[in-house]
Amino acid sequence: MTHGFNRRSLMLGAAALPVAGVAISPAWAQQATITGAGATFPRPVYERWAQAARDPVGITLNYQSIGSGGGINQITARTVDFGASDAPLAQAQLTERKLLQFPTVLGSVVLSANLPGVDDNALRLTPEIIADIFFGRIARWNDPRIVELNRDLRLPNLPVSPAYRADGSGTTFIFSTYLSRVSPEWRAGPGAGTAISWPAGNGARGNEGVSNIIRNTPGAIGYIENAYAVVNRMTTTQIRNKSGAFVKPETPQFLAAAAAADWSVPNFAADTIDLSGPTVWPITSPTYILLPIDPPADKVAASRNTMRFFDWAYRSGSDIARRLEYIPLPDATHAMVRAAWTANVKDPSGRPVWTPGAA
Amino acid sequence: MSDSTTTPSGRLPRRRGAGSTGDIIFEWMCRSAGFLVLLLLGAIIVTLFIGALPAFREFGFDFLFSTKWDPVEGRERFGGAVAILGTLLSAIFAIILAVPIAFGIAFFLTELAPPWLRRPVGTAIELLAAVPSIIFGMWGLFIVVPFIQRNIQLAWGEELSAIPLIGFLFQSSNFAGTSIFAAALVISIMILPFIAATMRDVFDQVPAVYKESAYGLGATRWEVVSKVVIPYTRISVVGGIMLGLGRALGETMAVTFVIGNANRMVGSVFDATTTIASVIAMEFPESLSGSLQQSALLALGFILFIISFIVLATSRYLLRSRLKA
Repeated sequence: MTHGFNRRSLMLGAAALPVAGVAISPAWAQQATITGAGATFPRPVYERWAQAARDPVGITLNYQSIGSGGGINQITARTVDFGASDAPLAQAQLTERKLLQFPTVLGSVVLSANLPGVDDNALRLTPEIIADIFFGRIARWNDPRIVELNRDLRLPNLPVSPAYRADGSGTTFIFSTYLSRVSPEWRAGPGAGTAISWPAGNGARGNEGVSNIIRNTPGAIGYIENAYAVVNRMTTTQIRNKSGAFVKPETPQFLAAAAAADWSVPNFAADTIDLSGPTVWPITSPTYILLPIDPPADKVAASRNTMRFFDWAYRSGSDIARRLEYIPLPDATHAMVRAAWTANVKDPSGRPVWTPGAA
Repeated sequence: MSDSTTTPSGRLPRRRGAGSTGDIIFEWMCRSAGFLVLLLLGAIIVTLFIGALPAFREFGFDFLFSTKWDPVEGRERFGGAVAILGTLLSAIFAIILAVPIAFGIAFFLTELAPPWLRRPVGTAIELLAAVPSIIFGMWGLFIVVPFIQRNIQLAWGEELSAIPLIGFLFQSSNFAGTSIFAAALVISIMILPFIAATMRDVFDQVPAVYKESAYGLGATRWEVVSKVVIPYTRISVVGGIMLGLGRALGETMAVTFVIGNANRMVGSVFDATTTIASVIAMEFPESLSGSLQQSALLALGFILFIISFIVLATSRYLLRSRLKA
């Protein structure tokens, strides 16, 4: 035994860490790998969770952020263990593809504007003005309607340049859903989806592309993920929520949205857009995992490991999520998701793959 | 067998025998490599067409003329007119910008430049062709777009749109700088080396005796080029331009960065629009397999394939004399 160990540590060249070598090698031996593919939006938090879960759970996650559409395609073809999508799937699609859908975290979308002389979170906008800006109806920033809301600001006489995501994305889905909610005209016109036909403005690829338009163009305004906005110190705006209060895009307002949502709806497709509440940020949305409900015999272990991974993330991953500017779900929602695992995901003999306390 | 008995040296037929097997294998390898190209090309066309069929069936010829591109689930309507027109306009616009400069380069290199300067300038042109398109995209996004926005649109926009008759070409409500003009500018730099190199080569092929005769009659350099060189090489020059056009049509990354990606018809050079390649690059990853959207994107790809094929076939046809030489 001792002899074998010495030789191995020499081979590894890890002379400095013989004790660590003993502690790690059994854990490595048990590492199970699960693969997932889908949404780019939650990629940072899934990757950090994967790093943190490797030792305590013994699961290595290989997550490919190829986009929600790609994730749905891949999990339908069963080439991965789970898919990830920003937009929830309809019941008919879930039944057809034999998938269970559950949320992991919430993300929020913020508006960022480039107005020289206007501070971060100082500009106040109403839903009606936001819709008109993206319709291309407000030509200049010193439009009387905007000035009236922002008497304390000096708004420049700059052209309003809306910026949007031209690539299909969950961020666009969330923001266009919000616009459809606050403007009947938007719902009848451009509508809501991962890619829509924008009536005005310029499109770019990804949050970084939109941010680049905003930074480069005085007078530009665009929507980006809050996580991206915080990390890159983008100048954001206040929005008037459904209760009539102007709210800033900050953590308490996001948590208020998660708490105000009704998670008991089928497939956890909770509506977190434009909720009532004095401190609720109006543009948030959960991001989802898609898990096959009928894993074949050779995939049962991978299915169980996927649920073990997300069980760990629910129990211990909230801090990581919050640090990355994602909004963890309320504990009650976590319990509902675990119950759904037990009730829906069955191995070929019909037994639940996940049983409470299995982790 | 009878052959080996008649040959004086016993080794020769054995070598010939071994060699002929090798010849046959080699011949078939070369033949299958040749057929592979044809097969690949055919397979690409067929795959694109099969994928595009649902969209063609749903929209028919209207797909070519409809400007509506609405990927929202439940009310999908797809028409390729904006992307098709954006592709053609940005490419033609780029040609208009690139041809005079390419002509200047070719004229300089063949007539004006001292021999010691021809090599370095010629090499520089060829190196420009080796710059990856993503680099042009970054250059376009970080240098060209802000320049157009600040130094042209915001500084001169009102004066430009006040020009009689053509002022409307510069009147736009889009002030981000990303526009068909930016795209054309970036594409024109990208295709410049191809057109310039072709022009230089065909100018060089004009027999010296023609030019010397013209000089002998007292013609100036400009007269020699405009009356002798250009008429002699006209068709090849057009072929070279078509070659550049073929490149411009399919350009994806650099254009996607700077064109603004908006499914709207252009009314002005500063308007944002889109091209076939940009739409596909932007929307394909998020389109669900088997959806009408994916089919419409494949249909656009099929149309781009046809357009490029026609342009390149024309360029081959016009350049046929030079390619034979």
